[in-house]
Amino acid sequence: MNTNLSPIWSLHAELSLVAVLLVIFLADLFRRPEGNSRWFRVLACVLMAVQIGLDLTPDTRELFGGMYVNTPFTSVVKSILSAGTLLVFLQCGEWMGRKDTRHRQGEFYVLTLSTLLGMFFMVSSGHFLMFYIGLETASIPAACLVALDKYRHQGYEAGAKFILSSMFSSALLLYGLSLIYGTCGTLYFADVPSLLEGNALQAFALVLFIAGMGFKMSLVPFHLWTADVYQGAPTGVAAYLSVISKGAAAVALAIVLRFVFPFMEGQWTLVVAVLSVVSITVANLMAILQTDLKRFMAFSSISQAGYIVLGVLAGTAQGMASLAYYIAVYVVANVAVFAVISTVEQHSGGLTGRDAYNGLYRTNPRLALVMTLALFSLGGIPPFAGFFSKFFIFAAAFEEGWWLVVFLALLNTIISLYYYLLVVKAMYIVEPEGGQCVVSPFRCSPGVRVCLLLCVAGICLLGLCSGLYDGLTHWAGLLPFGAVAGL
Amino acid sequence: MNILSLFVLIPALMLLGLWAARNLNQVRGVMVAGSSALLVLAVWLTVAYLQARGAGETAEMLFTASVMWYAPLHICYSVGVDGISVVMLLLSAIIVFTGTFASWKLKPLTKEYFLWFTLLSTGVFGFFISTDLFTMFMFYEVALIPMYLLIGVWGSGRKEYAAMKLTLMLMGGSAFLLIGILGIYYGAGAQTMDVLEIARMHNIPEDMQRVFFPAVFLGFGVLGALFPFHTWSPDGHASAPTAVSMLHAGVLMKLGGYGCFRVAMYLMPEGLAAWGDFFLVLTTISVVYGAFSAVVQTDLKYINAYSSVSHCGLVLFALLMMTRTSCTGAILQMLSHGLMTALFFALIGMIYGRTHTRDVRELNGLMKIMPFLAVGYVLAGLANLGLPGLSGFIAEMTVFVGSFEHTDVFHRTCTIIATTSIVVTAVYILRVVGKILYGTCRNPEHLKLTDATWDERVAVICLVACVAGLGLAPWWVSDTISLSVEPIVSQLCVLNP
Repeated sequence: MNTNLSPIWSLHAELSLVAVLLVIFLADLFRRPEGNSRWFRVLACVLMAVQIGLDLTPDTRELFGGMYVNTPFTSVVKSILSAGTLLVFLQCGEWMGRKDTRHRQGEFYVLTLSTLLGMFFMVSSGHFLMFYIGLETASIPAACLVALDKYRHQGYEAGAKFILSSMFSSALLLYGLSLIYGTCGTLYFADVPSLLEGNALQAFALVLFIAGMGFKMSLVPFHLWTADVYQGAPTGVAAYLSVISKGAAAVALAIVLRFVFPFMEGQWTLVVAVLSVVSITVANLMAILQTDLKRFMAFSSISQAGYIVLGVLAGTAQGMASLAYYIAVYVVANVAVFAVISTVEQHSGGLTGRDAYNGLYRTNPRLALVMTLALFSLGGIPPFAGFFSKFFIFAAAFEEGWWLVVFLALLNTIISLYYYLLVVKAMYIVEPEGGQCVVSPFRCSPGVRVCLLLCVAGICLLGLCSGLYDGLTHWAGLLPFGAVAGL
Repeated sequence: MNILSLFVLIPALMLLGLWAARNLNQVRGVMVAGSSALLVLAVWLTVAYLQARGAGETAEMLFTASVMWYAPLHICYSVGVDGISVVMLLLSAIIVFTGTFASWKLKPLTKEYFLWFTLLSTGVFGFFISTDLFTMFMFYEVALIPMYLLIGVWGSGRKEYAAMKLTLMLMGGSAFLLIGILGIYYGAGAQTMDVLEIARMHNIPEDMQRVFFPAVFLGFGVLGALFPFHTWSPDGHASAPTAVSMLHAGVLMKLGGYGCFRVAMYLMPEGLAAWGDFFLVLTTISVVYGAFSAVVQTDLKYINAYSSVSHCGLVLFALLMMTRTSCTGAILQMLSHGLMTALFFALIGMIYGRTHTRDVRELNGLMKIMPFLAVGYVLAGLANLGLPGLSGFIAEMTVFVGSFEHTDVFHRTCTIIATTSIVVTAVYILRVVGKILYGTCRNPEHLKLTDATWDERVAVICLVACVAGLGLAPWWVSDTISLSVEPIVSQLCVLNP
């Protein structure tokens, strides 16, 4: 290999993702538009499975003079995101194969992969411009995805809402970035920290930055778009938005706050703590009122985002690892719930209300059991993985002295348990009206079954086996925590 | 492989077996085989433990083992037992065994019912063998959540309300508990999660103990039916199916007392010194209030549930007295209450299964119709009110003697107030026994009812034997317990002379 070319291989995760994208794009040309094209979906899933392994890198590499930094930690995060995308692809088979959407399969995969590519650049950025480009690459195709069902007016409306709120948050973010550039004269992550003085202008920039990211992660009070978009978007897309985009944004936020603004910690930690508690509380209270499961999961995901940012408060390797671990566990549980919602929706003629689930246990016992396990994991019930991830993230925040915040978050887990149990209650306890279950027995497609199997394995094993968390702590320990402070 | 891990492994295998079971007989087979294996294991463990102690073992915990689990947070899977946990394991094994027989004819969804039931018992066993804070807490929560479905699906009466209330209140307690555990871990220097290790270091700053002691004590206290957080208990017990009531009142509520003693008091004695009196008042109220509430109830299960509040209050009350005798009495009371309340709930379930009512006012003269069940009921009642020769007497006697060792006015007053509950207990027990068992049967429908079947007899005879055995030969249990209470109490006595 030519030595001049070798640095470019630092980008191997992104390059291989681009390759996957191109292969799918080209394969789409050889597909009969009206055919079912099962091979096409299998191809996408296989390529994604390979991609998970290709993301990993053993050491830290910089490229473009530090604009792009790939560390083992971010590479693991990319793997988690790819794995989540694979799960979403698997569960989407049923919906994609439908007569009215099958001709748009290619678009779905290509758009999804482009957002993923943007997220890869976002978590690996070492420069605010790179960060912003990554963010936008992740946002704009996402809006198209939301509006993929273009003949449903809700989908259309959701797409419009998403793109408008996304633009608004980007504008805020850009304004914040320009203020940083104005006061520091540079946008490199490595150079900014030593130039920050913590003056009013920079504090304002910080607030704008957090607000912009708050929109992307749908933290309260920047969450108003979330429920409508999730409800209007195709269920598979809602699953993707709720786990992958949110996870990537959370990691990016944590990296920027921790490594670019470490000296302004006193100014942003309280803001983040308040955002976290408010998000968790408000979203939980709103979730109780929801009867449509997609809206319900939207609020649930807002409150989960609140838990995720708790990990940002802990400025240790353990905090960072807990955050990534939380995302991984959240991905499997949330995708499982969405997979069940989407399957039930496909087989019941579009029902997503909670009433439709009354007595589901009798007609589809396995589906109900998977849903129950996933909800328990989201609610933090042992021995499922959600319990471990919540414990670790609380421990990380507690170590930094955020006792009250942890306590309030803990009280909220009770509220969240209440509304998760409402769904469990519908499936197991509530008698369907007239004794007739709304959803009749059906068999899931192989893709959905594989997806649910993987999710259940993740829910049960990610916690009981300590491998992932130990690895994440190790890789997070390699992040330059001390180096920045030493400047 | 550590012998104690079998207590978790066997239920895990039972879960797999139940999963694979194809028909009712296979389900029953798995349950009987598994719960018998657990019972044998528990008896064997007790014997081995007594032998080891007889041979002069002086370590605080025996059969210990530890495997590193989450190294960054020093979380280990560590197990070990002392006298207290041995008797608790024995109690749990007995209740699980008899509970299996008590739900022999349960329908519908028998397989699913036993799945959740076994998961619940996994949590219980795991809790009693753990010596690691995290593992302990994990098993504690594993034991809580199956209750929701067990009550919600198979319960009776206002089951949805009761199930939700119970789950949320207990989960609320565990939120307090989690913050307390984090406080203990970081307060003790974030070096270990092992209970014994933390107790030995004894280095949690006093101001942190003052904050986190009430959190942990309340967290466990909710499960121990501490006033005013006991309200989940009557509704929950009344709505739960028979075996679940048995397991819940018999074993699960003991997790509360055990946790208060082993975690809150043992690890944070200075916190106890600051808060002890406050909680003592609350437990005294529990004891008396529970007893008086039982007097005015008309539903058999409610009577017994309030009686449980009173008796479990007595456990916490005795623990807070902090003398060696009273703490031994507390553990004896856990054991005794576990057995007799399980017997009570089993009998109530069997009577309800026949008469389809639990209302005291509608039942009369059952002694002639179902003599076996009625005699069992009388025995359970007598044990409950503390008749010598049965387990209740031994426990309450030890508790009150131990409590009266205090010479100051405050403790004496509390003791005297709590003692009045004995009289009140006699009132509600004798009233019910007289009303429903004796006299003439006025409901012609009831005359056609039959007495206990073989599976019911197994459960009742087992429990009666244990209650009487404990009452007649209490010394080996109380010596075992007393020896293990010693190190914990001595930790407290340094500060509270």
